[in-house]
Amino acid sequence: MTDQEVLDLFTGVLRDLLADDSIVLTMQTKRIDVPNWDSFSYVTFIAAAEMKLGIKFRIADVEAFATVGDIVRQTQTLLQKSKS
Amino acid sequence: MTTLNWLPRAPDFRQSLRSALATSDPHERLERLAALSQYRLGFLETIQLDNALKATASDASPGFARIRLGLLASSTIDHLLPGLRVAGLRRRMLMEIYTGSFGQYRQELLDPGSGLYQFKPQVVLLSLGCRETIAGVPLAASAEEAQGSLQAAIQDIRTLWRQARQSFDATVIQQSFLDVSEPLFGSYDRLVPGAPARLVARLNEMLAEAAAQDGSLLLDIARYSARDGIDAWFDTTRWLQGKIEIAPSAAPLYGDIVARLIAAQRGQSKKCLVLDLDDTLWGGVIGDVGLEGIILGEGSAAGEAHLALQRYAKALKERGIILAVCSKNELATAEGAFHTHPEMLLKRSDITAFAANWTDKAENLRAIAAQLNIGLDSLVFVDDNPAERARVRESLPMVAVPELPEDPAHYVRCLTDAGYFEAIAFTDEDRQRVGQYAANIEREALRGSYQSMDDYLRGLQMSVVFGAVGPVDLARATQLINKTNQFNTTTRRLSSEELSAIAGATQNITLQFRLIDRFGDNGLVSVMILCRDPAESDLFEVINWVMSCRVFGRQLEDEAMNIAVELARERGARRLRAEIIATKKNAVISDLYRNLGFAPLAGTAAADTTRWLLNLADYTNRPTFINRRAQA
Repeated sequence: MTDQEVLDLFTGVLRDLLADDSIVLTMQTKRIDVPNWDSFSYVTFIAAAEMKLGIKFRIADVEAFATVGDIVRQTQTLLQKSKS
Repeated sequence: MTTLNWLPRAPDFRQSLRSALATSDPHERLERLAALSQYRLGFLETIQLDNALKATASDASPGFARIRLGLLASSTIDHLLPGLRVAGLRRRMLMEIYTGSFGQYRQELLDPGSGLYQFKPQVVLLSLGCRETIAGVPLAASAEEAQGSLQAAIQDIRTLWRQARQSFDATVIQQSFLDVSEPLFGSYDRLVPGAPARLVARLNEMLAEAAAQDGSLLLDIARYSARDGIDAWFDTTRWLQGKIEIAPSAAPLYGDIVARLIAAQRGQSKKCLVLDLDDTLWGGVIGDVGLEGIILGEGSAAGEAHLALQRYAKALKERGIILAVCSKNELATAEGAFHTHPEMLLKRSDITAFAANWTDKAENLRAIAAQLNIGLDSLVFVDDNPAERARVRESLPMVAVPELPEDPAHYVRCLTDAGYFEAIAFTDEDRQRVGQYAANIEREALRGSYQSMDDYLRGLQMSVVFGAVGPVDLARATQLINKTNQFNTTTRRLSSEELSAIAGATQNITLQFRLIDRFGDNGLVSVMILCRDPAESDLFEVINWVMSCRVFGRQLEDEAMNIAVELARERGARRLRAEIIATKKNAVISDLYRNLGFAPLAGTAAADTTRWLLNLADYTNRPTFINRRAQA
């Protein structure tokens, strides 16, 4: 998957979660940039993304993610690992 | 697996949801959302559907019941709400859910100033974690100490139940404890009184016993997690991140398990399992391969898989579920298999309604429901053929049609996962029900052999046993009140606690009737509740009157009224008032009171309600062929 494909997938997940089709995520997006993306829906987002992609983020990484780009990069790493 | 694997996959969920949302008529939109809830939805799809539901005004939604659910938990449960609401929608229940503040369940229940008191829940669901419940028990505790601590914990929970009942008259649902403890000694844990695994197991046993005693409903998620694996139900990461005990991936299933329990209490569980034959009850097409050619029974793994389905059906029959057959076959060929195939576990006599012909299956299902005098929404139709399933879903959306897996090895699992036959009691009537339906078919045969209705009724040699609703009758009487849809004058549903309270109050008259005839005991088939009017002491109001559809038109309605009038007179009554609140299903009794000699009362009632008055001075006992017999 390209970074853009992962971003599109995340955008879709977050739109479904928050019922907001105006959301467009970029590598620079921070949680506070998205209305209603609170700490609870952040955990739900991570859970939904994990279910979609069949991966599992490390708990410390989830706490450290500052931007959506961080999540995308970590996703790529995990997808690479699961391939090998 | 925590997926809703008995439901079919949605062809294009996102598109269907969008077009449902574009529907301007709110009723139509709600119907389309309800139709979407019948698909196999995952975590995200459930949230999407819930978001759409929330955006749909549903103040007046004919055909949907509103349920106020108070969900009190010791962990985070916000992620469970969409699954609960969507599973409610699947059963035409619109759930309004109050959750209270995090971890404040005790205060919510005990403080009359709490939000829960304002909300007035009809159902209270307690979702507690095992950690805090067993936290005080030291590992070195003796068996007695451990038992004492657990008993104290159970007492504490029972206090909460009592509070929920006293304050709200609520149905109480208690969730069993998910065993999220880690092994300490290994297998030896089970032998150490203070070991967490042993404590949780004991706690769950004691919880079930307490629930049985107090009439609370048990939501046994521990059993589900034992089947699916604890990892399917509990995700350590989510617990650490947000005190989420039930894994988000299990949320849609959790919602369904709760909703089926609430639906069971409301009498909405299925009553009849309708089975296809070829490649369902046995392998192969009997019309092609003949009796000898079908695959069934010991000696072949596939044959044993089909036999397992028969065994499950037989067990369901023993707990009171009616069995029927709906198959495209020659009748003689199909019945022949039941009579002569040595490996057939199900016998012809196990099947109450048998439709084997070349008619459309939807038509046959209609005929089966009519023959059994139950609603189409009480049927589960099991067929291996996707085309037949699709056809039935299309023309009879109220019939439950499980999406059977391709491999017969998993047929039973699919049916059990669906929870169609969820029950909240197992009564004597349940044990005898199938025999009673079979006896009814004999009665019908007798009716055909008589010239007149009077001859038939006389020939039945009926007698009625009646009395007040006592403690031993409570379970069955409550079940009858809540499950009966046709002969149910007001459809006021009552919990057994409520009924017990009404029966215990001296100003009320409660009556239960059993009807016995030459074919057997029909069991407790009717309940009538009369309350003295608080303002006019010579007036009794028939609060509700229900009668099992098995005994309609057998003059029990007349004899029951004779008895009620006599008792009311003894209490000094001069008038009876009654009402019929019309529903989709009780049209059969719209003239009940007129036929019994009541006069219609004008005005004051809602559009769907008719009110009736009987002056007891004018009433003469109605003639019947029913003898009265003393209570045994």
